[in-house]
Amino acid sequence: MISLTRWNPFDPGSLVDQFNDLQRDVNRMLRRWGRDGARLFGVEGALPSLNVWEADSTFHVEAELPGLEMKDVELFITGGNQLRIKTERKPIQVEKGKWLRNERIFGSFVRLIDLPAAVDAEKVKAKLDNGVLHIELPKHESARPRKIDIKTE
Amino acid sequence: MADITQVPDRQNLDVNEQAPRFIPRVDICDTGSELLMFADLPGVRPEDIDLRYENGELTLKGKVQPRHQGKAMYRQEYQIGDFERTFELHESIDSRRINAECKDGVLKVHLPKASAFQPVQIKVQG
Repeated sequence: MISLTRWNPFDPGSLVDQFNDLQRDVNRMLRRWGRDGARLFGVEGALPSLNVWEADSTFHVEAELPGLEMKDVELFITGGNQLRIKTERKPIQVEKGKWLRNERIFGSFVRLIDLPAAVDAEKVKAKLDNGVLHIELPKHESARPRKIDIKTE
Repeated sequence: MADITQVPDRQNLDVNEQAPRFIPRVDICDTGSELLMFADLPGVRPEDIDLRYENGELTLKGKVQPRHQGKAMYRQEYQIGDFERTFELHESIDSRRINAECKDGVLKVHLPKASAFQPVQIKVQG
């Protein structure tokens, strides 16, 4: 479904409004075509792409990092609930090679993600297998569900 | 950025298909004696990769099991799904010597050129 956007060329709104409109249109396209489909039109979001879910009072973050090993990844927990992922992928040098096609992305990337609750930084585990990074972030004690005893007089 | 029309490809996509699709990113290099293809296939096991060369075309396909069914996703920025891409290689390849390895989610395929088509320096007699 395409929503109609009113466009007044004489008053495009503030810069922030215009960026919000653009982001909304990009998100709509990403939802419709999927991330890979949108790439066919030259649209790319922040990298690396992340999948995040919650299970058993633990947050799970997954990222696709082909060609990397754990030593190429740095993880930081800041402010209790913020995860920072820093990665670098160096391009492959081929002696006397002529590139006929270049689609893969190389370079340094940083992703910052706010998790819905504080995590216990001491208990975070991460592993990188077959190009997939999986991080387990157990919720901090203070963020876990608490059963409240109701006292009766 | 290389001109991608040097190695045309097609997706073999069925636009009516609902299943999520993964489009692996591929780099192709010509070293003179062989074509080298690199494909990013994170999370794909070597035994799930179907790689075949026929009539000058290299097809890369595979099935990838969904990993996040039934989970409460807080954020989902990429899909996990099957893939299929076919590349038209204009070089003549010695198909018996094609070999491939997969490490850290990267598939590396060596496609040696048929020797008749390798560049040859010809000595000119005086």
